[in-house]
Amino acid sequence: MKKKLFNKDVQILQQKSNFTWQLRDNMTIVLFLLPAFIFLSIFLVYPIFRSAHYSLFNWNGMGPAVDYIGLENFKRLFTDRIFIKAVQNGILIIVFSLAIQLPLAMGLALIVGRNIPGRAFFRAVFFMPYVLSEVITAVMWLILYNPNPSRGFLNAVINIIPFLEPQAWLADTKLVLPAIFVVLTWKYIGLHMLLYITGLQNIPKDIEEAALIDGVNNRQMVTYITIPLLAGTIKTSVYLSILGSLQVYALVWIMTRGGPVNASEVMSTYMYRYSFVRFELGYGSAVAILMLLISLTFSIIYLRLTRQTEYLA
Amino acid sequence: MKKFILSLFLVGILLVSGILTTLASESPVTISWWHIQTETAHRAVWQDLADQYMAKNPNVKIEITVMENENFKAKLTTVMQSGEVPDIFQSWGGGTMNDQAEAGLLKDITAYLDKDGWRKTFSEGALGVYAYKGKNYGVPRDMGMVGFWYNKDLFAQVGIDNPPATWTELLDDIKKLKDSGITPIAVGEGDKWPGAFYWEYLAVRIGGEDAFVAAASREGSFTDPAFVEAGEKLLELVDADPFQLGFLGATWPDEATLMGNGEAAMDLMGQWAPGAFRENSLDSQGLGDKTGWFKFPMVEGGAGGPNDALGGGNGFIVGKNAPEEAVDFLKFLSSVESQIAQAEVGLSVPVVKGAEAGLTDSTLKLVQQGAAVAEYFQLYYDQYLPPATGSVVNDAVQGLFAGTLKPEEVAQMVEDSAARELK
Repeated sequence: MKKKLFNKDVQILQQKSNFTWQLRDNMTIVLFLLPAFIFLSIFLVYPIFRSAHYSLFNWNGMGPAVDYIGLENFKRLFTDRIFIKAVQNGILIIVFSLAIQLPLAMGLALIVGRNIPGRAFFRAVFFMPYVLSEVITAVMWLILYNPNPSRGFLNAVINIIPFLEPQAWLADTKLVLPAIFVVLTWKYIGLHMLLYITGLQNIPKDIEEAALIDGVNNRQMVTYITIPLLAGTIKTSVYLSILGSLQVYALVWIMTRGGPVNASEVMSTYMYRYSFVRFELGYGSAVAILMLLISLTFSIIYLRLTRQTEYLA
Repeated sequence: MKKFILSLFLVGILLVSGILTTLASESPVTISWWHIQTETAHRAVWQDLADQYMAKNPNVKIEITVMENENFKAKLTTVMQSGEVPDIFQSWGGGTMNDQAEAGLLKDITAYLDKDGWRKTFSEGALGVYAYKGKNYGVPRDMGMVGFWYNKDLFAQVGIDNPPATWTELLDDIKKLKDSGITPIAVGEGDKWPGAFYWEYLAVRIGGEDAFVAAASREGSFTDPAFVEAGEKLLELVDADPFQLGFLGATWPDEATLMGNGEAAMDLMGQWAPGAFRENSLDSQGLGDKTGWFKFPMVEGGAGGPNDALGGGNGFIVGKNAPEEAVDFLKFLSSVESQIAQAEVGLSVPVVKGAEAGLTDSTLKLVQQGAAVAEYFQLYYDQYLPPATGSVVNDAVQGLFAGTLKPEEVAQMVEDSAARELK
């Protein structure tokens, strides 16, 4: 009886100390999370709510917003052909990225992921553009694309080749989007290549060896073994690529400011133009909110759709 | 417990460092001054004037921020939203300044101007650009007009003896230049405002003062015939293909580079052009003696007079939190001596009486006289109109240059924005 009681005391004591330790641990966790939470709230959550609020006003950004117009900004947005053009351009960039950039990155990964001489060198070279800031990249390509053959490298080369005419590149309404896409690919292919290389290294060697024993050729190896086993990595890379394409801004703004005549307009440059060039902050906020909704909807749907198959990979 | 205190300590450091960085250290009186003169000779004049003032007033520290035009506009917009206005900064007056004044971001300096006759030192029209609803928010330093800058050598080379006086003559001369393989006109249409000058000037020539006053006062409309016809005339010019390769993506510095290096014959621009030609040319000399200037040609059958001018000037306005000393410094900047120093390097076409003598550049004299004889002086649309409408003008006109918009569509776009903004 006494023993039992004693045990119970110990138990209670233990529970108590466990509880205080647990509490203390939780407090520590909360404390460490607190700064991030505060900063995120101030600089991310709060502005989003403010933008949502401003998107209901006709407001020039100066003084308080008083001219309440309801959903008028959104109505105008959906009927503005330049905004629709910006969305179309965004979709084009996504399609190009998925159809050209990612397969290219996969190809590069398959090549430099192997034990070929100088692979470290090639990896570094392909990855280097990703390390550069977007601003530096944009300025560099701006110089390469300069239409004057005595200043722009591309047209200088074209000038030497017979039957080719110097092009206006970024100043040509038809060439500007492909020209920007080249820069996007150049810059981001390294990231996707690296993702794929990491994925490739996680494929167990014995599976490949078993397949070799079964007599598969190179093509079969890639289509039946490598790519299916890379599914998880591909999903991540597709996700990053689409989200990145939706949010592309600095490169486009610096190189063309969405021009000429909106030919390279994307949602973010459209938003910036209305907010900070035309001073229509209310309308600009409406664009921002719509962009957020598009990205969020895409993320949720994409993650939902890909989650079930995650375990199969 | 140790762990707890340690984490508390770390969190404390994070928060304190975050707060500390936002607090700037304050010296007795600091004046922040933003200007956009990136040209070496021009920024040296400003620095020199600031140094002179600081030597005389040791308690004042002037912090100069120099920015390129487009960067300045972008940066100013963001600081305006946060209410952190610089004490003295570049302005062109008009609609943008009116918005800033309306939002209470500027300091009313009317009382200072009325003291000791400061007001009387300025030419009245130029000072009025920086006033809104009877209150002054800044002072001008420069007033001029837009006109065609041209390369005399290139004109002589193709046998053009007199600069064109009419639109038809201009198109003829363009053909002559083009046939000789010379780029007739440089334009930085990527920046949009350089090209908008063409449309605005054509409207000034075709519709005269009445058309614009009617449209801006909302008695008329920007879809009135004068503005549509301006677009049609501009298309005649665009169809003649007078611009450099890639003009749709080019910037104003690109445009100045072509002119400064003698690679293009003409350029429609304001009084700051010769300085920019120098700064952007390979030899830093610009066009020198080869620089010529003529007024925008008459348009046959237009209602406007040949002396009517599109233009504007530069000035400095005062931020809401500016100390008393900032206004005093501004007064120093607009002294006759300061204006002469500015005029001597071609930085300003002076607006303070008695400083005209400083203007040594013969073409700038032409600009000054041109602005002085104008019966109808139209401030650039993108400065006169509210910023939203001003940028619609610039954006829409680019569509004419690119051939993607019709003259009626451009007029309609401007009208739509004007209907929204000019209530």
